Amino acid sequence: MSMTQTLNIPMSTSGSTVKTHINKQPAAQAQGEVKLSASDVRVFYGQSEALHGVSLDIVKNEVVAFIGPSGCGKSTFLRSFNRMNDTVAGARVTGKITVDGRDIYDPSVDVVLLRAQVGMVFQKPNPFPKSIYDNVAYGAKLHGLASSKSEMDEIVESSLRRAGLWEEVKDRLEAPGTGLSGGQQQRLCIARAVAVSPDVILMDEPCSALDPIATGIIEELITELKKNYTIVIVTHNMQQAARVSDRTAFFHLGDLIEIGETAQIFTNPTQKRTEDYITGRYG
Amino acid sequence: MNETQHISSIFDEELNRLRTHVLQMGGLVETQLTAAIDAYSNGDVGHVKHIVDNDRKINELEVTIDDECAHIIAMRQPTASDLRLVLGISRMVPDLERAGDEAKKIAKGVRRIYDNGHMPSQYAVGVRHLAGEALVMVRQSLDSFARLDGELAKSVIRADDNVDAEFKSVMRQLITHMMEDPRTITVAIDILSIARAIERIGDHAKNIAEHVIFIVEGRDIRHNKEAIK
Repeated sequence: MSMTQTLNIPMSTSGSTVKTHINKQPAAQAQGEVKLSASDVRVFYGQSEALHGVSLDIVKNEVVAFIGPSGCGKSTFLRSFNRMNDTVAGARVTGKITVDGRDIYDPSVDVVLLRAQVGMVFQKPNPFPKSIYDNVAYGAKLHGLASSKSEMDEIVESSLRRAGLWEEVKDRLEAPGTGLSGGQQQRLCIARAVAVSPDVILMDEPCSALDPIATGIIEELITELKKNYTIVIVTHNMQQAARVSDRTAFFHLGDLIEIGETAQIFTNPTQKRTEDYITGRYG
Repeated sequence: MNETQHISSIFDEELNRLRTHVLQMGGLVETQLTAAIDAYSNGDVGHVKHIVDNDRKINELEVTIDDECAHIIAMRQPTASDLRLVLGISRMVPDLERAGDEAKKIAKGVRRIYDNGHMPSQYAVGVRHLAGEALVMVRQSLDSFARLDGELAKSVIRADDNVDAEFKSVMRQLITHMMEDPRTITVAIDILSIARAIERIGDHAKNIAEHVIFIVEGRDIRHNKEAIK
């Protein structure tokens, strides 16, 4: 049973402008408890609109991949899920984004807490210039999640285990995090995100700086993490999207063109632009 | 189907080459089948050896195409319509190869019949008609592939019922002959095996048409009669 929602994009006949009405469509259908919901989300950088009204639901414990060419708005959209765009000067978000039904752009929302609940892993591994232990413990300490050293040890160990790094670093927790290999550093960053007990993990091209082995380990980890977290991943590697995600969303020029079950998107997409992109054709 | 070119022109060339080889193989199968039926009608036993020899070319193309499909999958990781094309072709090629084998089988049967001094037309008049219909199915299934025409492919699938019915009618005629005069059993069995080979060719054409529908529409309609209604 396909869950694809076809987004009809009427093209103007004049050929001068292509106006999309994606926001008029109901949010993409997903089965299960909705974790993240975006409704008519637009993101502006100054005067220019980078994202043109995107609506979509992401359900609990699913992995959704965002794909699309550079500048299509996928990272912008991802960053709006934990208000990372707030840190960009001149960026403005309209529309509504909810996490567990709560509007995250509501003035009463504590952004620090939001970013603990919706964690993020970036393109380049960015461990703090501290020990492996401190890297993981930092967020937990900040949020007061441990009342004793032994509790903190537990959080550090379980987070490193969840990130699949424990066995490799358990004997050198005091070594600097920056001394690890790229793949290990990225897993350390995942452990750091996991340590503050998030519900959602956003990943912005988490493997683009890694070799195929380290990439394989992270992908395996994503499948494991999915049991406990909802994951949204932006990737330029389409095979990666195909391998790790349950659903794939294709963005182009600031529009969500199509979202559907990953297998369907990669074998029989409904939109020509999706087809052209994933088969490597001129758009 | 997507006619836009790939960013990689070499990938385009590889896919075009693959398509050309399939059509070439299809053309050979069609020629073999026509030649086998002509031999059956005209008693041209001298032509049989040629048909048997030509089957080797079909087999060689099967290996070549298989190799090209594997190469494209490994090197290009095709997706969407490209993936369906490569998968569809790799499913289609065994059907073409077996249709070629059936043509060879027909040719050998023809040689046996004429060598034993029989005229097949005395026993079953429907075989040529049956062959005509199967040949149209093969031709149209290949056309539907060349043009990626899902509707034509569906008509091929529907035509298979006629071929099956014709085969049964030929079989009934032959059984009647065998019951009336047991001396005809040997030749009747030879003719029956030819008719069976032709009927199988119809089945292969139908399979090819099903693969074309998969390539064009992304639907796998095998074993699902309702799907083309």
